[in-house]
Amino acid sequence: MSGSFLESNVIFQEIYCVLAGSKYAGESCSAQGLLPVGYDWIGFFIAGFAIMFILANAFMLGAAVFVYSERRLLGKFQLRTGPNRVGPFGLLQPIADILKLLMKEDIVPNGADKPVHTLAPIVMLAPAILVTAVIPFGSGYFLTDLNVGLLYIVAVSGMITIAIFMAGWSCNNRYALFGSMRGVAQLISYELPMVFSMVGILILTGSLSLIDVVNAQDIPFILVQPMAFVIFLIGTSAELNRTPFDIVEAESEIIAGYHTEYSGIKFALFQAAEMGSILVSGAVVATLFLKGWEGPFLPGPIWFLIKVYGFVFLMIWVRATLPRLRVDQVMGFAWKFLLPLSLVNIFVTGASVFILGDMENGVRVLDSVDLLLVGAINLLSLIACLVLAGFFMKTKASGGRSREILVSEFDPAGREVLT
Amino acid sequence: MTYGLGLFKGMLVTLRNFFRPVVTVQYPDRRVGIFYLAKKANISVIRFLLESPRESVKSLLGLVRVPVYVEQNPRFRGEEFTWYEDRCTGCASCAKYCPLGIIRIETHESGEYLQEGQSYFVDTFDIDIGRCMFCGICVEACPYDALFMGTGFERGRYQRSELVIPIEELKAASKRPSTWFRPQLESQKFDPWKSEADWETVGREAYKWHPKRPAQSGNPNQEDQVKE
Amino acid sequence: MKTEAITVNIGPQHPSTHGVFRLRVTFDGEVIQDVEAVFGYLHRGSEKLAEERTYTQVITLTDRLDYVASMTNNQAYVLACENLMDIEVPERGQYLRMIAAELQRIASHFVATGFLLQDLGAMATPLMYGFRERERILDMFEMLCGARITNTYMRIGGVFQDAPEEFWGSLRSFLDGMPGFLDEFDSLLRGNEILLARTKDIGVLEASEAINCSVTGPVLRSTGVAWDLRKVDPYELYPRIKFDIPIGTNGDNYDRFVIRLAEIRQSISIIDQCYEQIEAGPVRSTNELLFYPKTGDAYGKVEAPKGELGFYLVSDGGIAPYRCKIRSPSLINLTMIKDLLIGSKLSDMIVTLGSIDINMGEVDR
Repeated sequence: MSGSFLESNVIFQEIYCVLAGSKYAGESCSAQGLLPVGYDWIGFFIAGFAIMFILANAFMLGAAVFVYSERRLLGKFQLRTGPNRVGPFGLLQPIADILKLLMKEDIVPNGADKPVHTLAPIVMLAPAILVTAVIPFGSGYFLTDLNVGLLYIVAVSGMITIAIFMAGWSCNNRYALFGSMRGVAQLISYELPMVFSMVGILILTGSLSLIDVVNAQDIPFILVQPMAFVIFLIGTSAELNRTPFDIVEAESEIIAGYHTEYSGIKFALFQAAEMGSILVSGAVVATLFLKGWEGPFLPGPIWFLIKVYGFVFLMIWVRATLPRLRVDQVMGFAWKFLLPLSLVNIFVTGASVFILGDMENGVRVLDSVDLLLVGAINLLSLIACLVLAGFFMKTKASGGRSREILVSEFDPAGREVLT
Repeated sequence: MTYGLGLFKGMLVTLRNFFRPVVTVQYPDRRVGIFYLAKKANISVIRFLLESPRESVKSLLGLVRVPVYVEQNPRFRGEEFTWYEDRCTGCASCAKYCPLGIIRIETHESGEYLQEGQSYFVDTFDIDIGRCMFCGICVEACPYDALFMGTGFERGRYQRSELVIPIEELKAASKRPSTWFRPQLESQKFDPWKSEADWETVGREAYKWHPKRPAQSGNPNQEDQVKE
Repeated sequence: MKTEAITVNIGPQHPSTHGVFRLRVTFDGEVIQDVEAVFGYLHRGSEKLAEERTYTQVITLTDRLDYVASMTNNQAYVLACENLMDIEVPERGQYLRMIAAELQRIASHFVATGFLLQDLGAMATPLMYGFRERERILDMFEMLCGARITNTYMRIGGVFQDAPEEFWGSLRSFLDGMPGFLDEFDSLLRGNEILLARTKDIGVLEASEAINCSVTGPVLRSTGVAWDLRKVDPYELYPRIKFDIPIGTNGDNYDRFVIRLAEIRQSISIIDQCYEQIEAGPVRSTNELLFYPKTGDAYGKVEAPKGELGFYLVSDGGIAPYRCKIRSPSLINLTMIKDLLIGSKLSDMIVTLGSIDINMGEVDR
């Protein structure tokens, strides 16, 4: 794997240049005599570690930036200012928050399962950071190019469920128990439609590697797969416990859900994991649907960041507007609406690729016009599904009985009916 | 109807509000940008940039603060009651009418002009605003227009005992009476946030005589005084 | 599998109990099996305190009952006193009272709908929009009486003083701007599918049950009973005003929410008519602060934003009421909470509680 890895990975090459003090010439360290033969892995290890260091720190910093931007933007949506006191424009607010959380007492409640209680924030944070490993930030900017990248993302982010359950169960608090139970149910339900929505992309690209997915996007997949995009967006926002699916930590119902009893740095870790996950999900969305790092004029990583922050803005906007669903409605939405929709998506995409694609070397290939046609079919079927759902929902909801009546004259006879 | 249209409409409303000006009034200070500073200095932004680079960089970083003065309505019922010693007769109506009984008044007879309808001397006039609820009934009860609501609202203290306003503070305080229950001040368009008021002008009647000082010869209102 | 019901204390410190209110709830999963409402954490003994204060001084206590609707509290108490003492109020005073009370109703309904949406998890955005408009009302209150929340505006025999001139200008601009804002508020909320799914057919109250529990206010009207004291037993100059009573059909959370929005529109039209009809004149029939009513009793009631707020005063001829009983709508609307909640889910419990619009200052008094 070393050869292809070195050739494509720009960051690795740059780090190599720093280490070896020379220009990378397509050879490994040992070939240049830097390391003894058979000890190439040291070079890989150092480079990989450096990239991991950068990624982990970028993750944490990104979480801090997200916290700041969320508070500021939410404030703007609500005609407030948001934090603006610490540092210029309140930019240092997340740092002040972190300092405060660091200095706070770390409370473990009486009767808590201490090892699990301590472990939960770490288990929460780790998968969120791990996902960053396979995401390409630019042409050649990635830690690793797994050929099962999509599967890896799904598998690793599934671990968050365990963390939430650990946190909720261990701290011996009933609100936390409610939160974790809701969380487990919700996360597992929404993983299905989310993964199914990726299948359409798999059909179109034929590869699980994220770099291949980006390279396959002649047209951004948001235009080819609008239905999958909508499903994936909803699924992501549910996986991230964002409104309207934030029943896991619904602050007006169960205080803070699974992290009710957490304080100090453990709480900070939970927050970092949650906020960072949003950026990571934004990165996944950008990679899968928005053509990744590609864009005109600007360098790749900047385009990537712009796309990620577009997603982040959407998340904040949704949070500023929508109320929360009830727990059974959240489940019902996943199982009764999103899952069938994602199956429809798989069917529609498969069928249109089957019909429109031309057979070449045993693979069906589509040109740009075909792709747009697939997108149009997809969009039409999405709208049809929404109209259908609207029809069902309307007939179901209270039978159209509820309406307000204006009574202008008081009629004492009206009381007779009610007694 | 398509499912989800209502959500979309709501999103549009929040987006519209996103571009509206912020309504927050920051207090006690707020950050200002370079445009504000240039406008204040009455020069163009570019000249301001050239003339005071230090200030401009600070303002661009959002580090320049200007204090914000919150002006309330003239009727605002604030703390540090405005009390006119010259008008007060020590009748203690305010203390009697106070729902909480937080006004403490001690008087002694002046002795000198008591026969001529003169007033008591007020020794103590403590208002415990730590318990005051600023209902203003004491002001309403005052028959001589001696007590007024104040205009202050920044009296954070560490101890409740520091919240008692003694007579010395009442005497020394700047006379900015609220126009609450004082129509005569309102008809004068008096604004306590802009100007102070003298004891002679705040009353329902413009007293020319002084209840505590002996009537001077040639006082045009001497006859009124005798009547009272 | 062995399952077990768990008991959770919702409150006294909880984000959505609207004050220090405690619900001891037994859950079977997310479904409520049993509810026990525990209140009294904010008990300040207002009724007892009233017995030791003169009739005028008690006005200041009424401000603190329902602290988001002080004006209507003042009004109810002052009406009771006027009934007790047979005091006439000048017309301008009555109009000013009506304007103040209707403004207060708008403010209180904004608080109610805003916090209902906050309970629904809408991240305070509708709350903030409502509060932006409420702020203008509070500014007008400050013009009227120098305070924003604890007004002490009304006096026995009228209001304490005439409104300043700038009040009328800001009232006019407020009335002109309000319908546009309400339309925007409606488009933000009314069609919202999530809101509909969360509130429709949740916490349904039958009209007969509501009447049996002597529930009043928007909660009663949502069940389809057109009972509004301003129409049924008019006080002040409400007979001169044309307005409608919005009633619901279902008695669910959505109806309660929608009726509040509809009442805001009615209140605006009421204020508009008052603004047209008001004429110059005295605002207060007596400047007295001390009263010695003859022995007897009297009841004064108003349609407060939360329901029928009544003061029952007993006089023994003294300077202070012998007994002052407060019929607070929040407490009485809260009594049927158990029937509404059992069988619903935890999330619905919070919404139902929010839609009843209780205020703990008034519940505990």
